[in-house]
Amino acid sequence: MIRAASPTRPPSSVQVRLQGAAVTLVKYAILIPLTISFAFPLYWMVSSALKIDPQIYTIPPILLPMPVHPRNFIEGWQVLPFTRYAFNSIVLYTVPAVLFTVLSSTIVAYGFSRIRWPGRDVLFWFVVMTMMLPWAVTMVPLFITFKWLGWLDTYRPLVVPALFGHPYIIFLLRQFFMTLPEELSDAARIDGTSEFGILFRIILPLTKPALAVVALFRFIWAWNDYLGPLIYLRDETRYPLALGIEQLRQRANDIGNFSNGIPYLMAVSTIVALPIIATFFLAQRTFIEGISLTGLKG
Amino acid sequence: MNGRPRACPDFPTLSRGGDATLVVPPLSLPVSTVAPGIQMAAVTAKPSRYTPREWRNLRLGLLFVSPWILGFLLFTVYPLLASVYYSLTRYDLLRPPVFLGVENYTTLFTTDPHFWNVMYNTIYYVGFSVPLGVVAAFLIANLLNSRIVARSFFRTVIYVPAIVPAVASAMVWQFLMNVQYGAVNGVLRSFGLPIIPFLSNPAWAKPSLILVAIWAQGAAVVIFLAALQDVPRSLYEAATVDGAGGWRKFLNVTIPLTSPIILFNLIMGFITAFQEFTIPWLLTEGGPMNSTEFYLVHLYRNAFRFLRMGKASAMAWILFLIIVAFTLVIFRSSARWVYYGGDK
Repeated sequence: MIRAASPTRPPSSVQVRLQGAAVTLVKYAILIPLTISFAFPLYWMVSSALKIDPQIYTIPPILLPMPVHPRNFIEGWQVLPFTRYAFNSIVLYTVPAVLFTVLSSTIVAYGFSRIRWPGRDVLFWFVVMTMMLPWAVTMVPLFITFKWLGWLDTYRPLVVPALFGHPYIIFLLRQFFMTLPEELSDAARIDGTSEFGILFRIILPLTKPALAVVALFRFIWAWNDYLGPLIYLRDETRYPLALGIEQLRQRANDIGNFSNGIPYLMAVSTIVALPIIATFFLAQRTFIEGISLTGLKG
Repeated sequence: MNGRPRACPDFPTLSRGGDATLVVPPLSLPVSTVAPGIQMAAVTAKPSRYTPREWRNLRLGLLFVSPWILGFLLFTVYPLLASVYYSLTRYDLLRPPVFLGVENYTTLFTTDPHFWNVMYNTIYYVGFSVPLGVVAAFLIANLLNSRIVARSFFRTVIYVPAIVPAVASAMVWQFLMNVQYGAVNGVLRSFGLPIIPFLSNPAWAKPSLILVAIWAQGAAVVIFLAALQDVPRSLYEAATVDGAGGWRKFLNVTIPLTSPIILFNLIMGFITAFQEFTIPWLLTEGGPMNSTEFYLVHLYRNAFRFLRMGKASAMAWILFLIIVAFTLVIFRSSARWVYYGGDK
């Protein structure tokens, strides 16, 4: 089925060629509707963001809104302090989470790959095991601990653990470090370079693509995180964008509060999804490589 | 050697905080930590396993991985142990925990009015969404791996839903599946067809959430696609020479050679699906009539809405054991159907 249309097969008869054409036809007959249905929800999000209430409630649904109402993006953004939520998401959560995770995981991954020491591989098994540990088990005790530390309503419970490395990212970076030849480090060691020197001056410049992969994934996890902030943040002024959207939905559901609730909700959802989609398009190859290598999920 | 503390050869930095170990010969190493006399003889008879260079590497290696060790102890080992303790108590964060023994567990299994329903919902959701998701991802990946134009375009469209913030997806799906003004029912209605109460009918709610889960399966598609591209072409050519058609090649070449990845996606899929929270919480909030009250939704509600930390911890441990059992069963069965051959 898959290779039937392959050119390696000699076109011995008309029948074979017809069969190949039929297979190709069937493939596209499946693929095109499939792709449309995958894309449709996101298309609907953007197109509904450009409508006003009468266009939302029309039957049959309006596929292409005419006229469009781009002002929804501004008006929706202003219903709640979304600029503040964006600041929280970026400055208080995403940036420190990415920096801390990448820095700590790099150092740990170096210790698990470029230095040979007894017990290393046994300990690395524990890293792999924590990758599979359901986080639900540690959720409650961690909450109790962070509450006891007085860290509720701050981003510390979400950001401080990043200083201790992330198992998936340690795993990915270790795989990359292992592919670099041993001679690189040995030459530097003979010259008297310290291990930290080797890591930062020799290994890291060679692993920029890997660092980009892990930074991207950590960015997405922090940006998309909903449950973490939901557990630790009560004070609305500290909300990240993910909780802000939920807040906007509640506001829009209170009947009579304001019109264009759905278009506003779709507009803000589009704005929040945009950095993720844009990053994906800018760094598509890096992404695909990262997923293929480790099975990381977005 | 035998008289030395076990920790010494493995964790010197922990037991003797980085002093002269680098310069002194290995023979003198244990002397400071153990009683002299008897040990001396043992040491001279059996020198330390490690050369100075190995000691140095051990110290350096542990130094580099120390952030992870610390994090592992603080954020994994300690919470795991604490969770066992809390699961044996009644604890509402306001008053000190009251020790109950295994009461939380027995109550969950016997008299709790929701637990078995939550379990049923979760198993239903996991049992359908994971196998269907993996099969769909595998078939889509195969389709994308054949000779088609604009492959990366199709791949992109299928992958993007997996990385869009779950909150944004939840908002648009809730809108799409709305009974009155959702796009799907709008189309059905304009054709005079009966509407589908996706999220408002208990019989439809779970399948609807499964549909959303499959929509966000793009990562598995990309992983499968990478695996398919690693299958050596020569195997397909050999199969062609042997007279195998497309279907035979799919069954006897493609599936065996990608079976380790199928196993990987299955296991990761199960672990994720058992802990699904954001989409059910935002789309249906466990309703209608508790039909989408999945495990984590219920656990979250107990822990953070009702402040039943003990019960929530017990639930977490039950889930943990279920996931471990599931993973083990799949691993065990994998010996029958996963092919680890060649140079892989």
